Amino acid sequence: MIALLTRDLRLAIRAGGGFGLGLAFFLILAVLVPLGVGPEPAVLAAIAPGVLWVGALLACLLSLDRIFALDWEDGSLDLLATAPIPLEGVVSIKALAHWITTGLPLVLAAPLLGVLLNLPGEAFGWLVLSLLLGTPALSVIGTFGAALTVGLKRGGLLLSLLVLPLYIPTLVFGAEVVTRGAAGLPVQTALLLLAGITAGSVAILPFASAAVIRINLR
Amino acid sequence: MEIRVDNLAVARGGVPLLEALSLHLTAGQALILRGPNGSGKTTLLRTLAGLQPPLAGSVDLPPDAIAYAAHADGLKATLSVRENLAFWAAIYGGGDVEGAMARMNLRDLADRAALNLSAGQKRRLGLARLLVTGRPVWMLDEPTVSLDAASVALFADVVRAHLAAGGLALIATHIDLGLPEAQMLDLTPFKARAPAPGQGDGFDEAFL
Repeated sequence: MIALLTRDLRLAIRAGGGFGLGLAFFLILAVLVPLGVGPEPAVLAAIAPGVLWVGALLACLLSLDRIFALDWEDGSLDLLATAPIPLEGVVSIKALAHWITTGLPLVLAAPLLGVLLNLPGEAFGWLVLSLLLGTPALSVIGTFGAALTVGLKRGGLLLSLLVLPLYIPTLVFGAEVVTRGAAGLPVQTALLLLAGITAGSVAILPFASAAVIRINLR
Repeated sequence: MEIRVDNLAVARGGVPLLEALSLHLTAGQALILRGPNGSGKTTLLRTLAGLQPPLAGSVDLPPDAIAYAAHADGLKATLSVRENLAFWAAIYGGGDVEGAMARMNLRDLADRAALNLSAGQKRRLGLARLLVTGRPVWMLDEPTVSLDAASVALFADVVRAHLAAGGLALIATHIDLGLPEAQMLDLTPFKARAPAPGQGDGFDEAFL
């Protein structure tokens, strides 16, 4: 298991691994938004939570189709399926590797981009906390989508269509935490729902992903 | 250690390929599968390896015994030969990476990235993976593709050593491996008859 995680992380940082791709996309998006909507601080402050969360979500989506597609192409997915580690474990590790290479950098970079979007000072902590709680769900749900489309040619587009609707609850409650935090309102309900969605996805979806991969490998 | 297959039927993409196939192998034996393209060699190996369910019949195998090697070698292009092997060794619980490299004549290439290997060298690396798994049953799908004559002989020696150590091997191949002691099985007589129209659960199959 640990070997699989270290291999995936090593592959991600080697040439062509795509590490930092999502982060760069997130960065560019946060720079482009003020250019598009104008430099009005009040407007930017109002839309900052939503923009940051949508940006994190799209950045996450960018690297999803690589989770299984590369292993499928070079045959290692077949070999992993016959290896002595459970396929549920394989998909969980894959999701974790995706979160470490994509989700975690987004969490760490978000406060910096909050400055660009004139996010109110009291919301920074909530932004980091909500992303920290929410991005694992994005990776786990995305892994499920990647498992569904493994083996399909040009599966990336279909993957986006399948996964984006599933991201809605995380997006709604994640952005809600930051918006309420910025306005100084209590955030507990939204925060608990966000954490609940993540906990539920992490608990259930690896089994669904593994089942789907078994069917796709037939 | 033995493999017992009884009255097995397998299908690929919903089309039955083989039926009424029975075989029995015990430790130290090798079976070479022969048959024209599309006769079901790969499908049979995938079924025995547990990647797809059989249509009918039973497969009796010791659990966690199989090392499966497909057409694709499962190599990561940006990892070195040693890193590729070390990964699979760790997954299978720690095999002898240096020993496997020595036996497949890969030691000089140990630190080269897999993307810079020739097709034959990649294949040798793929076969070295079998050695680090430590599994007794090898299921090999055309293992000698793109190997030169010397490497085929090297591979035959490795298989022979594996059998002598009490292992088993099922090998689908078109060429002569130089393993005279191995049994041959031609799959042509087991070809499935064309199913009658409307038979079978094609409806479910369309969704799976």
